[in-house]
Amino acid sequence: MHAVAENRQPERKRKSFVTVKTMPYILIAPIVTLFTVFYIYPIFYSILLSFQTRVRGEYVFAGFKNYVRMFQDPIFYKALGNSFLILAIQVPLMLTLATLLAVALNVSWLKFKGLFRIGYFTPVLTSLVAASVIFLLILNKDYGLLNYVLSLAGIEPIGWLSDGFWPLVTLIIVITWRWTGYNMVILLAGLQNIPHDLYEAASIDGAGRVKQFFHITLPLLKPVLLVTFIMSTIGSFQLFDEPYTLTGGGPNNRTLTLTLYLYQHGFSYFDFGYASALTYAIVFIVALLSLVQFKLAGDQD
Amino acid sequence: MKRKIPVVEQVLLYLVLIAGLAVTIVPFYWMVIGATNRTGDVFKIPPAFVPGKHLVENLHNLNNSILIWKSLYNSLFIAVVYSLIGLLLCAMSGYAFAKFHFRGKTVIFTTLILAMMIPYQATIIPLFQMFVKLDMLNTYSAVILPQLVYVFPIFLMTQNMKAVPTSLLEAARIDGAGEFHIFFRIVLPTMTPALAAVTIFLFNHQWNNFMWPLIVMNTKDMYTLPVALSTLAGQNSIDYGQAMLGTSISVLPVIVVFLFMQKYFVSGILGGAVKG
Repeated sequence: MHAVAENRQPERKRKSFVTVKTMPYILIAPIVTLFTVFYIYPIFYSILLSFQTRVRGEYVFAGFKNYVRMFQDPIFYKALGNSFLILAIQVPLMLTLATLLAVALNVSWLKFKGLFRIGYFTPVLTSLVAASVIFLLILNKDYGLLNYVLSLAGIEPIGWLSDGFWPLVTLIIVITWRWTGYNMVILLAGLQNIPHDLYEAASIDGAGRVKQFFHITLPLLKPVLLVTFIMSTIGSFQLFDEPYTLTGGGPNNRTLTLTLYLYQHGFSYFDFGYASALTYAIVFIVALLSLVQFKLAGDQD
Repeated sequence: MKRKIPVVEQVLLYLVLIAGLAVTIVPFYWMVIGATNRTGDVFKIPPAFVPGKHLVENLHNLNNSILIWKSLYNSLFIAVVYSLIGLLLCAMSGYAFAKFHFRGKTVIFTTLILAMMIPYQATIIPLFQMFVKLDMLNTYSAVILPQLVYVFPIFLMTQNMKAVPTSLLEAARIDGAGEFHIFFRIVLPTMTPALAAVTIFLFNHQWNNFMWPLIVMNTKDMYTLPVALSTLAGQNSIDYGQAMLGTSISVLPVIVVFLFMQKYFVSGILGGAVKG
């Protein structure tokens, strides 16, 4: 408080514009301005755009044309389907792995915990593009490390980026590699909030560790698991960096995601009207999921 | 009452964890292998398993195809300026929401929270048009400005600011301290851990930012690292020596900083979901 004492001179306090009354407005003025210009305005303007279409270089009102087109667009359904496929396979796979890892790293007698935790966390430090580029090399069909290792086991080379359903598998591998450690750390923090006495009481009652896992760990971890689940679900509808870098959405749109499709229409074909309609498909899904997440987070407090 | 854990079980757990760790770390090792060898050496069967001697050659090639140092500078400059301005904005608004009563507070705060539920994709096209009209494509400001509106760290800061005792602020006011003096000299110093976490969160967000810089930056000398890397990956026959070296340059500095500042980093990247 020493510094404060030096600065004040109550007798000849000059009339300042900055008072307890005005201060909060001064504090929030910059963010409110930025928010209005760079968020509120674009959000409403893109709603308007989604009802417009370009005729000879001019955007004109077109009613629900873009939305009708979207609901009749097989590629839109393809992209939507891909998101749901990734959601159905990747999210449970990753969260199961993350939960098992977190439980393992929470075992009391385990040594080198810090080291394991850092190790599993490192992929989070790579940008999604960097992660994808590394996997382009590892998953190269003719010369990649993974196919080489598989060939030692007598397995024929797999076209990770080209053949059949494999590109989608590749996407799932890369996302899982990049995000498992992230979720593990969150779940580990959740585990550390579970009181130890519960486990002691359970083992005195003769409950084995599997039983403890299903009857103590999982139920008490449920709120944290739900949060990671919803975050990952939102993430799978917003996928862009990885499919853009790995496959560009191909082959045959098999790894196309909604955001990538919106990007193509917006910035390859410059069809802002249709791209905005696609945007609102994502907005609708993500807003719904966020609402659920928010409710869940609220219920926890 | 300690139960003895069977040795077999202990060994098994370590084996599984080490195997998992290997799978996690191998891609990084392979990145280094790729960065120090020619594509031809990595593409031999069996491939080169140890770092090679072609780092300098790869760097030379890399510099010819993308401006790697300029991109590194762009990424750093943008991320640093962004996180500093963003930090100030978050701290200011967080302090206002947590410690002041003012008209419109609830409405503004609720609007921000609701906006958090609308994904950034909804803003991209009008923002692009806006920057075209302003003739500001291909500038640092185009990348930094729209991203400053990021509600989550504001929310985080608000939660943290609630811990500042109101009595402390009132005492300072009675002592005649000005509002800005209180904010900068009394409130902020007590918030160091939260400020560090928010800085790292913002830095990481901008450092990894890809789609928006991809849209607004359109010359090589303005590309950020992820955009520059993606152009390498987009070529028909990728030179992996270059690509892996570029990737290493984007990844290794972050890992080094992480190893020194782990505590702040983990809670920072996870946005305060976890305390260090």
